Amino acid sequence: MTQDNTKTTGTGRVKRGMAEMLKGGVIMDVVNVEQAKIAEDAGAVAVMALERVPADIRAQGGVARMSDPDMIEKIQAAVSIPVMAKVRIGHFVEAQILESLGVDYIDESEVLTPADFENHISKWDFTVPFVCGATNLGEALRRINEGAAMIRSKGEAGTGDVSNATTHMRKISQEIRRLTSMREDELYVAAKELQAPYELVKEVAQTGKLPVVLFTAGGIATPADAAMMMQLGADGVFVGSGIFKSGNPAARAAACVKAVTYYTDAKVLADVSRGLGEAMVGINVADIPVPHRLAERGW
Amino acid sequence: MLTFQFLIAWQNAAGNSLKVGVLALQGDFREHLASLEACGADASLVRTYEEISGVEALVIPGGESTTIYKLAKNFDLLELIREKIKGGMPTYGSCAGMILVADKILDPASGQETFGGIEMTVRRNAFGRQVDSFEVDLDIKGIEAPTVSAVFIRAPWVDSLSPRVEVLASVEIDGELHPVAVRQGSVLATSFHPEITSDNRIHKFFLEEIAKAI
Repeated sequence: MTQDNTKTTGTGRVKRGMAEMLKGGVIMDVVNVEQAKIAEDAGAVAVMALERVPADIRAQGGVARMSDPDMIEKIQAAVSIPVMAKVRIGHFVEAQILESLGVDYIDESEVLTPADFENHISKWDFTVPFVCGATNLGEALRRINEGAAMIRSKGEAGTGDVSNATTHMRKISQEIRRLTSMREDELYVAAKELQAPYELVKEVAQTGKLPVVLFTAGGIATPADAAMMMQLGADGVFVGSGIFKSGNPAARAAACVKAVTYYTDAKVLADVSRGLGEAMVGINVADIPVPHRLAERGW
Repeated sequence: MLTFQFLIAWQNAAGNSLKVGVLALQGDFREHLASLEACGADASLVRTYEEISGVEALVIPGGESTTIYKLAKNFDLLELIREKIKGGMPTYGSCAGMILVADKILDPASGQETFGGIEMTVRRNAFGRQVDSFEVDLDIKGIEAPTVSAVFIRAPWVDSLSPRVEVLASVEIDGELHPVAVRQGSVLATSFHPEITSDNRIHKFFLEEIAKAI
């Protein structure tokens, strides 16, 4: 029973482990203290502090950037659960600022306007862990190679249309299953095709899963959406505009939390789906011109 | 693969293997399940009233303690688990699990309660935010050398405790010792997460020294 002062922060285990603790949970987008408290009361495992939810970013247009540090600090002071915040793709100075605020996780997010169209942030340089979006396995492994400690499959944020999240979640799982059925000498070509490092491709082929936690995000608006993502293999769910753009945010938030735990129990899912009021109105992804689709950002 | 010796090692006095449940409401329950299975335990994930009623020992995983509490309350599991722990069910909680087996939380989220089981008060997120999360080599009473590589993630510590609680390990912060592994009777708690390492000695200790004692 002694103690040793060789504590090490920012290790891979500490960063990836933080995401392990969020599994089976719902991370909710919030824009103010009041929403953050509603999220915490509903049982969110973390909140994502941002100035505008994706639905508003989409509606209002313009350049979307990191949130005001004042706003993030107010939310940090108001809740005891982890607080995440977003930076633009490639904007390593926004990331330095968020790290200095003591944000618990940084989302290098396609929902904001990209700051660099070639490079993502070198995430190994930071003590704070990062989550990044991916539409396929190659993209996920490139982000992990840059130091991402958690991946979320991309959907089409701010739409309330779950179809893209489904596509990307299925795509990532399919590509993982394909790797596990390959001979070892075929993995070199697989790595080339995925445009991902061979070592990571080999690891996925051996373990049958990503080396980090895989959440899903984008367009999730109902408890049923959340449960479907869990059945498709997500470790947990981000809900953005879906909660606070709906008729009864507190009830819908609590219902999504329950749905993610009891995602295979249709009776519970039926119960929690009752009387939630109006879901967010939503936009069909097919109605959004391709250049305006957020999931296309990042590479 | 499990060997015959492994299988008989975890039989209780009645000759039946002890059923160990991992509370699977939220958090890293699969990692705990894997650690228990690697020790040869008869373990399963439990999340319904019936499943929890049927287990003889319980592991409460790392995760978000407020979320686990809310789910337990909403699905009428709070009293069930409380009573089972009170009745002597061997229980092990890591991180959020430590918070949930504490009798009191120093800084609860509004309305947050616990299952209880150890006469102690814990402080949530005691070491700071995620950027302060750390790994350290720990000597733990009851675990033979080498030291355990302990991973602390937004971890709690024990702020105060009854003399009936045995401290198994502590971490020093600014010259002060804070208990991070404790045991009272059949209940074990750690601030850190052995389940996300490949070292199963804490789980083995729980299964051998605590759960087998019933």
